[in-house]
Amino acid sequence: MTDAATDGLAAAPGKKKRSSLLELDARTKRRNAAEARFKAYGIIAITAGLCFLVGLVWAILSNGLPAFQQAVVKLDYTMTQEQFDEAEAAVLKTAVYTDQFVAYFSDRVREQGIEAEFDADTIERLLGKVGGTIRAFYRENPDHIGQPVAFELSAASRVDRYLKGTFDRGDVSGEGNRFFVPSDFDLVDTLQEAGFIAQVFNWNFITGVDSGVDNAGGAGIGASVLGSFLMMIVVLLLALPIGVAASIYLEEFAPKNWFTDFIEVNISNLAAVPSIVFGILGLAVFIQFAGMPQSAPLVGGLVLTLMTLPTIIISTRASLKSVPPSIRDAALGVGASKMQAVFHHVLPLAAPGILTGTIIGLAQALGETAPLLLIGMVGFIARYPDSFLGGFEGPNSAMPAQIYNWASRSDVVFTEKAWGGIIILLIFLVSMNLIAILLRRRFERRW
Amino acid sequence: MQPFWLVTIIVVLALGGFLLGRMRALQSAEGDARVLHSRPNYYGANVFMLTAVPSLIVVALWMVFQPVLIEANVSQMIPDRIVPEGGSKGLVMSDVRRLADGLDVAVAEGALTADQATNIRAEFTNIRERLAEVGVVLGSNVEAEVLTAAQAYRAQSATGALLMAAAGLSLAVAGLGWSLARIGVGFRARNAVETGMLALLILAASIAILTTIGILFSLLFNTIEFFRIYPAADFFFGTTWAPSFSGRGGDSELGVLPLLWGTFYISLVALLVAVPIGLFAAIYLSEYASPTVRSVAKPLIEVLAGIPTIVYGLFALLTVGPLLVGVFGRDGALGVDWMSGGTAVMTAGLVMGIMLIPFVSSLSDDIINAVPQAMRDGSLGLGATHSETIRKVVLPAALPGIVGAILLAASRAIGETMIVVLGAGAAARLDLNPFEAMTTVTAKIVSQLTGDADFSSAVALVAFALGTTLFVVTLGLNVLALYIVRKYREQYE
Amino acid sequence: MSTNEIKISAKDVQVYYGETHAIKDVSVDIEDKTVTAFIGPSGCGKSTFLRCINRMNDTIDVARVEGEIKLDDEDIYDKDVDPVQLRAKVGMVFQKPNPFPKSIYDNVAYGPKIHGLAKNKAELDQIVENALKRAALWDEAKDRLQAPGTGLSGGQQQRLCIARAVATEPEVLLMDEPCSALDPIATAQVEELIDELKQNYSVVIVTHSMQQAARVSQKTAFFHLGNLVEYGETGQIFTNPNDKRTESYITGRIG
Repeated sequence: MTDAATDGLAAAPGKKKRSSLLELDARTKRRNAAEARFKAYGIIAITAGLCFLVGLVWAILSNGLPAFQQAVVKLDYTMTQEQFDEAEAAVLKTAVYTDQFVAYFSDRVREQGIEAEFDADTIERLLGKVGGTIRAFYRENPDHIGQPVAFELSAASRVDRYLKGTFDRGDVSGEGNRFFVPSDFDLVDTLQEAGFIAQVFNWNFITGVDSGVDNAGGAGIGASVLGSFLMMIVVLLLALPIGVAASIYLEEFAPKNWFTDFIEVNISNLAAVPSIVFGILGLAVFIQFAGMPQSAPLVGGLVLTLMTLPTIIISTRASLKSVPPSIRDAALGVGASKMQAVFHHVLPLAAPGILTGTIIGLAQALGETAPLLLIGMVGFIARYPDSFLGGFEGPNSAMPAQIYNWASRSDVVFTEKAWGGIIILLIFLVSMNLIAILLRRRFERRW
Repeated sequence: MQPFWLVTIIVVLALGGFLLGRMRALQSAEGDARVLHSRPNYYGANVFMLTAVPSLIVVALWMVFQPVLIEANVSQMIPDRIVPEGGSKGLVMSDVRRLADGLDVAVAEGALTADQATNIRAEFTNIRERLAEVGVVLGSNVEAEVLTAAQAYRAQSATGALLMAAAGLSLAVAGLGWSLARIGVGFRARNAVETGMLALLILAASIAILTTIGILFSLLFNTIEFFRIYPAADFFFGTTWAPSFSGRGGDSELGVLPLLWGTFYISLVALLVAVPIGLFAAIYLSEYASPTVRSVAKPLIEVLAGIPTIVYGLFALLTVGPLLVGVFGRDGALGVDWMSGGTAVMTAGLVMGIMLIPFVSSLSDDIINAVPQAMRDGSLGLGATHSETIRKVVLPAALPGIVGAILLAASRAIGETMIVVLGAGAAARLDLNPFEAMTTVTAKIVSQLTGDADFSSAVALVAFALGTTLFVVTLGLNVLALYIVRKYREQYE
Repeated sequence: MSTNEIKISAKDVQVYYGETHAIKDVSVDIEDKTVTAFIGPSGCGKSTFLRCINRMNDTIDVARVEGEIKLDDEDIYDKDVDPVQLRAKVGMVFQKPNPFPKSIYDNVAYGPKIHGLAKNKAELDQIVENALKRAALWDEAKDRLQAPGTGLSGGQQQRLCIARAVATEPEVLLMDEPCSALDPIATAQVEELIDELKQNYSVVIVTHSMQQAARVSQKTAFFHLGNLVEYGETGQIFTNPNDKRTESYITGRIG
């Protein structure tokens, strides 16, 4: 070191010798304030993220749970043989059924000491076309004629919404209309107190099929759950073996050459291609080119398979990589072929990881909507497929597509259905992810 | 379900072959498996493989290419004079297909006998009414040529299916016979099986390439078709998006710029939400949070990434949109009249931002953790505060990686479909007001291709041009981002 | 030598890493303007103790320090002491050279900037120049101050780290095996530098190499299994140790 440097140091600017450690100088205070602010930004960010999650969950639950409830009119109804014959002989058969029901219902209500006048219109406003329902029941079950039958007739959608709190007096203006008049509110209140109208669990929402505006409350997600299930079968049957085979090749056998590199590049790019592009692929190649049927779960499954493959390949390769080379060496050392070493020793050890990755890939595919819209799996599906195998080829929807379909209709009843559908979709997704987590916990192995 | 039974028969044949092959191998060794070159199961597996694999591959390829060939054949039968003005042969062909399917349905339902379906003449029967009885709805009256073509279509399909079955089965039987004949003590069955398996593994790995080719093929083929009908310059530089469905879309203005602007604007809003929140969340979690907080908050935030986009779409449409109108709309909390409808750039952008938070935060978390601890120690040892260390040392060091992460998030935002379909609105416009409804490339791909798309009109084909644009943009962003991230990782390895 | 005043005084220091008792009852007085070497086998706690002196252990969640360490008669573990202010006075150089991914200039200017030591750019330039001169790096670096610090050779990087530490005007300089990642020539340069630095600072150096301790230090402390076994004049420790363990270590029987 030169003398000049030492001199320079002696005259160095800003020198603060011998300040006490116990007193914070102004600058340190300022810096500490900046530190606290910065930390606060982090806490705010985390809080914001968690708030969004809470808001989302709250929106789903508060809007979706009502879909699982349905207002019904509970009534023990008895139809005599004479009444049945009379109604079947009439020209307007269901009108007679309705009149009989109205008379019976009025009597039962009056027995409870409620002063209320019913006519067929009132009943239609409260219960929809009840005559048709009753007729259908007795024609199917003629042996029930003459015996009391416990009917649970689903209430009209406005009654249903009134009980759920999404429809109230403010929504009916003036005289009302043919769907609802202001006095109906009091009537519903009275009937509910008397125990005629009650809210029950809406099984039909889970098992039923889609329906139009005339029976909005009766729409169910069942058929599209089946559609999703069929697609997942296709995805599982194709993506798992193909993904595992591809991973084994790339991880264990592939020589280091341009072809392997090319495959790798393709996989990593496919993983980031927007899902809608896979929909275009499905539309152009499977439907336009190969002439496969539109709206079929088979085609949906194929598209989702291609979309899920990169995810499965990436996670499978990670699990294969985590099996230490010593296992392979041990197998090769006792005279196994490379193929035997991989299939007898490496693959079983990697299986839990592969399974976990596959389940997560499936969950991803289950929630995917955009490609399904393009291959037409978003139609109005009002019945279940006739057979299991036919279900793959026939038109169907899928859970997310059905939710989208409901969301884009204007009737509020379908909005509720869409939220309810999301709850069912999320139940599937959460259980799949839980299974994946449990598998990972149970079988995780540290080498 | 004829192909299904064909496949079942082939598989059963192959399984039988497995047992036979195993047995034959043991016989040739006179019951002593030790003298065989390979374990008996390998002999069986070899038979199985040779029986099932070639025949199934032929059947699969046949199923893909048969419709293409028949379509080419049949479309020659259609004279130009019945092709409507401004339409294309493709449209007539879709009528032919629909009619052929309709005849199948009618036969299945018993409304027509198989014989009638083959020989019926449009001149004598109102085929449209007959089909309507069984629930097959045809758009217009059936021309004689179309009916003849449809009948030819059915006939050729039937012949094709028969030939396919014959080819598949004979190949299976041939494979079975040949492989059984080769069995002997000296036959190296294991090597044969392993070679075959390796080939299958390579085939599986090549699916990634085939998928890419499929994507390119479906995008480019139709895009070129589109540019034949519609000038490319108008598409790329047009500032109006106004598809017209009358006159088969002849008067449509299909400029991509309003859609790109909407895409860009919504993605920008999304990134403005996701990047600060995601980045600060990542910084807090990796630098400040105690292990307990981290183990709770990190998975909770990542839950946001596992939620399907349809849920976010619904959330945008039904919760966030009305909420924003309640604040910025007329009679809103702020008393400003900026927002008229729930669907807007703001709505979609905000919700998309929420979706991207975990994406940004977990990528950034990884990247921040990759910055060596020595770097932090160096700064702390000089008396820097924790936040100074992060701002002046850790973040600059992690910058390339974070930029990569943001690019990946941007690519996600651009390719996102459901949120914009439900939350952004349908109006294509070049506007600066974020409270206006705008639309994006992805949303328009969906709206142009949903429903009964007629693949020969400009309004449908434009979706493929949009798809190509989307593909090129996202691919470019991804390649760039992955390159940056990889360079970054190499720096610290 | 012993005429120097006491700079750091540690009494009954205990350090725990979770359940592990890493430092047991260490009491030591470190003199100003002296090079003090901490030696001992790996895992003996010498680095841990060094990191206590500028509270770098605070950054490790599970670490806990008990006892008293005084710098100029002020307890550095007093709750009123801000570790940030302490570390400005007690600089540290680490085992592996860890220049920031910035230019040479910015590396050196980093400390003065965060502590606000310079009023303007000219002053900052002066501080950087002085620091690089003290670290004997000026001649090699003066023409490429804007080049990235990571582009320097290992020895240069370590001298850059020393310059960086010196630039904040510390009173004590802690060095944690500063030469372990360097080749012999770079080591010689750094050792020469340490000898120069002791004119202004109290230097504490942890080292693996007994030869290095003997070459550069005036005082030596020998740690073994978390205990301070022996502390004294370097010459005396190496030629005539009082403790059997010290002797065994120095003669190579344990280590």
